[in-house]
Amino acid sequence: MAEHTKRIPVQHIVGFVLSIALTLLAVWAALGSNLSTTWIIVSIMVLAVIQAGIQLFMFMHMTESESRSGHVPWNMMFHGFVLAAIVVAGSLFTMSFGHDHNGGEHHQQEQLEQHEQHSGH
Amino acid sequence: MSSHELKSGPLEYRTEQGQMNILGFWIFLGAEIVLFATLFATYAVLFGRTADAPLPGELFEPGIVLIMTFMLLTSSFTCGIAIHEMRRGSVKGLTTWLIITLLLGLGFLGFEIYEFIHYAHEGATLQSSAFWSSFFVLAGTHGLHVTLGIGWAILLLLQLAKRGLTPVTSRKVFIISLYWHFLDVVWIFIFTSVYLIGMVV
Repeated sequence: MAEHTKRIPVQHIVGFVLSIALTLLAVWAALGSNLSTTWIIVSIMVLAVIQAGIQLFMFMHMTESESRSGHVPWNMMFHGFVLAAIVVAGSLFTMSFGHDHNGGEHHQQEQLEQHEQHSGH
Repeated sequence: MSSHELKSGPLEYRTEQGQMNILGFWIFLGAEIVLFATLFATYAVLFGRTADAPLPGELFEPGIVLIMTFMLLTSSFTCGIAIHEMRRGSVKGLTTWLIITLLLGLGFLGFEIYEFIHYAHEGATLQSSAFWSSFFVLAGTHGLHVTLGIGWAILLLLQLAKRGLTPVTSRKVFIISLYWHFLDVVWIFIFTSVYLIGMVV
């Protein structure tokens, strides 16, 4: 119980500093770095997951042994996050696989242009 | 229920009722993740379907979003300190830090309302396009959760002033702290996958 009576909440301060640093790093990666768009998206999503982990483990006492009911909360959160990943990735996959609306027309135009160039020669 | 009261440990876990309520709230948060997952999935699928409305990259401003993010991160931190104070048995510390948390939450809401009005002036409303519908529903649902949390915490502060720290009030305060940290977790993903990616792509 000693950890609950400590005067200075070291864990919270470390978590706070880390989360601020991770946010700034994500902003820098997105707006200030020369990475390609794909790598920006991958890296800032990884940073977001790390930051969510900091919130859950350092702020929300997720692994606290006091909940003696035998269920550790991270079970629920893990299931929630797995379902979230399946819903988001699954929707994206189903809705955009095979016919990419964003790049689709553009791509066709490019092919047409290439075709015209070829026939011009 | 009080057949099994503990003499030590954090106050909120000392009764079986407290333990079960906190566990139940974790289950609720698991369901909340799934609710937000459907909204994130809708947003991801409708990304880029802006029709004639402005593009996200034209409207999103790094400055204001960063201020909102720092306000919410700080409020999550002060909320953690509030629980720390509660576990030291200090009602005054708990109340003070909880009020600071609420003020930061209100500041966040103020910026969000300002942001939404600004977007509406620029021609991006709930009705302008599929993309903006999904944006306002996702960000708006988060904002609604923040609003609800503020109202809830004010009621709890009144109860704390009346009854002091008991196993019941401490359990309620602990549960709202979980809720508040969870809102921050959701915001991190909105900040990253909506604002940052919207400004990059």
